[in-house]
Amino acid sequence: MPNEMSLEKLIAGDRAEFARLVDAYSSPIYRLGFKMLGNEQDAEDVLQNTFINALTHLSNFEGRSSIATWLYRIAANEALMMIRKRKPELSLELEAQESETESLEDVKPGVFADWSGLPEDELLSSEGKKLLDTAIGNIPENLRLVFVLRDIEGLSIKETADVLNLSETNVKTRLVRARMYLRERLSRYYAERLQEEER
Amino acid sequence: MNDHIHLKCEELLGSLSAYIDGDLAPALCQELEKHLEGCDNCRVVLNTTKRTIELVHSPVERSELPADVRERLFKRLNLDDYLTAKSGPQSQ
Repeated sequence: MPNEMSLEKLIAGDRAEFARLVDAYSSPIYRLGFKMLGNEQDAEDVLQNTFINALTHLSNFEGRSSIATWLYRIAANEALMMIRKRKPELSLELEAQESETESLEDVKPGVFADWSGLPEDELLSSEGKKLLDTAIGNIPENLRLVFVLRDIEGLSIKETADVLNLSETNVKTRLVRARMYLRERLSRYYAERLQEEER
Repeated sequence: MNDHIHLKCEELLGSLSAYIDGDLAPALCQELEKHLEGCDNCRVVLNTTKRTIELVHSPVERSELPADVRERLFKRLNLDDYLTAKSGPQSQ
């Protein structure tokens, strides 16, 4: 939380302070909703529900975690609830925690083209950006949530573990799998581009 | 270059991510770097994974909240009075 924000004022119901909290965290929470649900309307629902929920329960906030962790936790739960409504069959997979296998078998690299030297303006062209967004959107949900918090929003492994109530080991495992999955998807595409350039 | 990875590579694969984050124990770090010297495929996986993470960290992935979404959010929270100026952490 930004240093100058007062937890006491927030808990006491200070509206100006709550408005500052909303401005400080609405962008990352909207991004989280968008990355998890894949469309603007659902992202906005996650955003609104998160802050309505926060406003309702702020007076009971005990400070056992930071306010940022608490907000991200509400947002992650909102996003997961919406995904479960859409795909009830995913529930068990999303809730699998410590029992999750650490096997990397399903994300083992299969493409070994080195596209890392391609110029930035090609990788971040509108086509490259679209490819990246689609690939992120295809990461399995239980891995994607970890990936969004850690690699897009920049939370530490510990903070991510606290938000999702997972062990740090489990967060690391999911992060490796998400990164490998994404690398493979981008590699398949850019390997073809490199081959075309060689022709 | 072979189009598959060996058992040793598979064992080290899980460490690449922590290595990129600078979060790998020194002994494992040394083992990994020694392996990377002689393994083209693992070097490619390392380079492309690093690049993937850099792309994700780029500003295009960190878009700000659209103004109309902010406005609807503030109205929903009955914070209309605070809509005019962005009440971010820097402002008083």
